[in-house]
Amino acid sequence: MSESLLDTALDNLEQAVIAVRTAAETAGPAGDGVAAAVHAASGGAIDPFVFRLAIFVLAIFVGYYVVWSVTPALHTPLMAVTNAISSVIVVGALLAVGASLSGWATGFGFVALVLASVNIFGGFLVTQRMLAMYKKKEK
Amino acid sequence: MSENFAAFAYLVSGVLFIMALRGLSHPTTSRQGNAYGMAGMAIAIVTTLLLAKPSFGGFAMIVAGLAIGGGAGAYIARKIPMTSMPQLVAGFHSLVGMAAVLVAAAALYAPHAFDIGEVGAIHAQALIEMSLGVAIGAITFTGSIIAFLKLDGRMSGKPIMLPMRHAINAALLIGIILLIAVLVASESYTVFWLIVVLSLVLGVLLIVPIGGADMPVVVSMLNSYSGWAAAGIGFTLGNLALIITGALVGSSGAILSYIMCKGMNRSFISVILGGFGGEEAAAGGDDIDRSVKLGSADDAAFLMANASKVIIVPGYGMAVAQAQHATRELADSLKEQGVEVKYAIHPVAGRMPGHMNVLLAEANVPYDEVFELEDINSEFAQADVAYVIGANDVTNPAARDDKSSPIYGMPILDVDKARTCLFVKRSLGSGYAGIDNTLFYKDSTMMLLGDAKKMTDDIVKAMEH
Repeated sequence: MSESLLDTALDNLEQAVIAVRTAAETAGPAGDGVAAAVHAASGGAIDPFVFRLAIFVLAIFVGYYVVWSVTPALHTPLMAVTNAISSVIVVGALLAVGASLSGWATGFGFVALVLASVNIFGGFLVTQRMLAMYKKKEK
Repeated sequence: MSENFAAFAYLVSGVLFIMALRGLSHPTTSRQGNAYGMAGMAIAIVTTLLLAKPSFGGFAMIVAGLAIGGGAGAYIARKIPMTSMPQLVAGFHSLVGMAAVLVAAAALYAPHAFDIGEVGAIHAQALIEMSLGVAIGAITFTGSIIAFLKLDGRMSGKPIMLPMRHAINAALLIGIILLIAVLVASESYTVFWLIVVLSLVLGVLLIVPIGGADMPVVVSMLNSYSGWAAAGIGFTLGNLALIITGALVGSSGAILSYIMCKGMNRSFISVILGGFGGEEAAAGGDDIDRSVKLGSADDAAFLMANASKVIIVPGYGMAVAQAQHATRELADSLKEQGVEVKYAIHPVAGRMPGHMNVLLAEANVPYDEVFELEDINSEFAQADVAYVIGANDVTNPAARDDKSSPIYGMPILDVDKARTCLFVKRSLGSGYAGIDNTLFYKDSTMMLLGDAKKMTDDIVKAMEH
């Protein structure tokens, strides 16, 4: 008698696990990062775009204050490093190449990947080279 | 890797990029800042790879792409001379612009890889964001190439003024906006490439009329554009790292443009409209009856060795003549004789923001001997010698005293207030702005005619005797 009870319980558990898994799988592709999570939490009332826009606007303000505090002596390295970090656009290229679609999209992605990598390595290394030259007076 | 975790990782890399810029507030923290930047980039790349889960073939292609591009980038970064930094940065901006165009093209041809819908049914909003990124990216691409060619001397720095250019540019801009509307409605590949072509043309037309002296503004402006292009693509992909970075770079470039414009007392609009500078204009006819005092290296050596305070004012000419090392040697021998030496840098000296500081740092000049205009301008009155090497317009007293001068109101370094001003110059022509420098005719000014590097070397030699 107790054995059959245990069996039923195990069956139920298994079903529950399957249900959770299907739920997670169906929810997966719809997920779109933090924005979508909040989107879901807010009952879908607010478009994820609004959250991205909020982050964008706040980042502009952060950039404004951070860049004004950069010493003028380092304005050239600042340009080199902003140039290097803007090549984070490489994430788009990686998605295009990584999806291995073949055809045009992969081709575009690959060229973008090469261009962005020139920038990433070139930008950070040339900044490093410049910054290594700034020395204090020997006393 | 779950999408939420990936978004979190992108946020972390965005924050690391902010810290990279924050580090640049002082030379001592700057190297650590650069390391933060590299870490942020590494996190973004690894996260994307874990998210995209490329097949073996895809992974091999990614490694190949990173190796080709990375190898080329590292080689360039190692070999480039510091004097060529403005053209290098302009060239790098063009790559970001092109990468933005290509990523958007890939997203249009394979929208499902980016989660923005299916072919023929891409979300309208994604199309708008994408096409804005593409238009700005394409403008950045050709604009930066023109800036690169001008800075590298492969193209004349003279402004090229097309007739009706404002009307043409306005028409192109309206055309691009209309095409974006058509693209959103039709998702046609042809329309997409038309937007790219029009933007490429607009990029050329926008930069071609801007003269050599305005290049610091142009380089900063293109820096800003490359950021906005990245942000546009970031919205399409819903990628936080890209959105944050785009905003940072965009505002950084905009601030630098503002600082450069203020350094020249010119409005941003008038720089964009172009036509200023680049001509080595013929000196005015009234020059003949004004006399200049010419000096030799020996005279200069005598004056400086007997001074108690010398302020060195470097400009673009020092970069052209590669005279930064000779200048440092001059300062060294002066310091050996107990002379106090400082350097004064004008905000728009050189061809990009901070250009002179990098060159002096390369020549081992300690950064605490180098001062910005507002910090040192009051000291010229106590200086015995102001040694102007390769700077011109930024020392022209007409900007301060002559209301009719085209550069009136531009902040200048008050080198005329020093007891003697030694002015190294190739010839008695006017500067990039094409304006006669009244400093040349002052009694306290001694002109040292010759190549900046050779003249400085000769002074050092004369001082050793």
